[in-house]
Amino acid sequence: MSMTGTTRQRVPAVEGFFTLDDEPHLIGGRLADSGGYCFPLHLGGSDPRNPAAGVEEVHLSRTGRIWSFTNSAYPPPPPFIITEPYVPVVVAAVQLELEQMVVLGQVAPGWAVDDLEVGMEVELVTGVLYEDEECEYLTWQWRPLGERPVSGGDDADG
Amino acid sequence: MDEVAILGVGMHPWGKWGRNFTEYGVHAARQALADATVDWRDVGFVSGAISVRCGYPGYVSGSTFARALGFTGAQVASSYAACASGVTALSVARGQILSGACDVALVVGADTTPKGFLAPAEGERPDDTDWLRFHMVGATNPVYFALHARRRMALHGATPEDFALVKAKNSRHGVHNPNARYPKEYGIQDVANSPVVSDPLRLLEICATSDGGAALVVSSMDYARSLGVVDPVRVAGLSTVTPTYPDTVIDLPYLATDSAAGTDAPELGFKESIGARAYQEAGLGPADVDVAEVYDLSSALELDWYEHLGLCEVGEAESLLRSGATSIGGRIPVNPSGGLGAFGEAVPAQAIAQVCELTWQLRGQAGGRQVEGARVGVTANQGLFGHGSSVLVRR
Repeated sequence: MSMTGTTRQRVPAVEGFFTLDDEPHLIGGRLADSGGYCFPLHLGGSDPRNPAAGVEEVHLSRTGRIWSFTNSAYPPPPPFIITEPYVPVVVAAVQLELEQMVVLGQVAPGWAVDDLEVGMEVELVTGVLYEDEECEYLTWQWRPLGERPVSGGDDADG
Repeated sequence: MDEVAILGVGMHPWGKWGRNFTEYGVHAARQALADATVDWRDVGFVSGAISVRCGYPGYVSGSTFARALGFTGAQVASSYAACASGVTALSVARGQILSGACDVALVVGADTTPKGFLAPAEGERPDDTDWLRFHMVGATNPVYFALHARRRMALHGATPEDFALVKAKNSRHGVHNPNARYPKEYGIQDVANSPVVSDPLRLLEICATSDGGAALVVSSMDYARSLGVVDPVRVAGLSTVTPTYPDTVIDLPYLATDSAAGTDAPELGFKESIGARAYQEAGLGPADVDVAEVYDLSSALELDWYEHLGLCEVGEAESLLRSGATSIGGRIPVNPSGGLGAFGEAVPAQAIAQVCELTWQLRGQAGGRQVEGARVGVTANQGLFGHGSSVLVRR
């Protein structure tokens, strides 16, 4: 939530979870034999027919529908890194149609639980998880495709 | 499946006592041994449920309890399966008994817990999904509980009042339990007045972490008869199942579900499969059950268990609750102990405590919370990383 307009480097908080382009994708795996998917890639899937070697890297669909959602009114404990003042993290579990799987993620800043509904269409974006002097550390976030509501939370990285 | 007898049960009251977990375990074990009228020196096998918050002695809990009771040469094992650890420890003991390796075994779990959220082990561990869900998302345990609560609201029309009603019911039961940490009655308004933790769940609906200890003395049916016990409460079915691929319901501590693209989801989802295995072993079904102890990590999760255990059809949990059927005096009382809502969770002890409660219920020794005429009881619980846990007990 940088308001300072600095040009800090934007880097993933952990490598290998999403692409960094304007229309980011989650990096998942596709199981060669069954055609099933997994996320994250490096933790594989649990298909008993597929050894880890049978997983190819793929980009997952960047839109889906909210399966469920909630928030964390209290600051999560470490290893979550809190930016003060703490704004409740909003979390959505999102159903990807092609992959027939549900992926968890934060909801983009500006959206509160009262703005969300099960079934709402969302797209993948990247957002700042925390920052230091040199870098903004990014995570993947789900952002509703509709207009941002006026009731939304603190304005941030529009 | 052959049965084993539950000869004795014991618990140390739940609380935030701050003492060494061994003390709670030994207290519970001595109570269970006295209840069974079995001499500690006759116990052939000690099965400890592991605590991961009490250092090395917690990792080797079976041995820690055995030494505290006095080393006798008994065989030992310690098991960890997160919240399901207690039933895993019971399953190991049952296997020892049914294989003939021992006649009588002691199962013990105890914990001393810190305040606040349960958090993952320290260090930077990006290959650990438990670390990743906190670091990359901020997804605490209540976040997952709330995702399921919100899903029930969207799918089945559950309301925050329904969730509060679960808490109110369990608190009414817990008032009569001397081992409960919160033997206090809460109303729907008390719940509504408590702060939101993860929308729609409020503080009074989220399980606290507690200190506590629970123990069972279990034996072969022959050994029970040799003691003159002709009609013991028996373990008739026991489940420690893992999910079957693809598990399509998001759950702790994962960032995503399995994918059903290419492989159809199994007939029974993971949580349905937990109780199904215990029923199958016992040759019984949901209609036979008189009383249930289920894991209400949140008030809303109790409603899910009604359906997962087959106590009602999917989508009918709210009406079952509202009808009073799951209150003591109703058709199928759930959590007569007061559940986690009245206890808070002492992880390695909790699944054992569920069996203690059902044993008292089936013996008619549950005092003010007695379910009249209970002959068959079932527990349900789940440990993160895919640990199912269910015990079917009968008399």
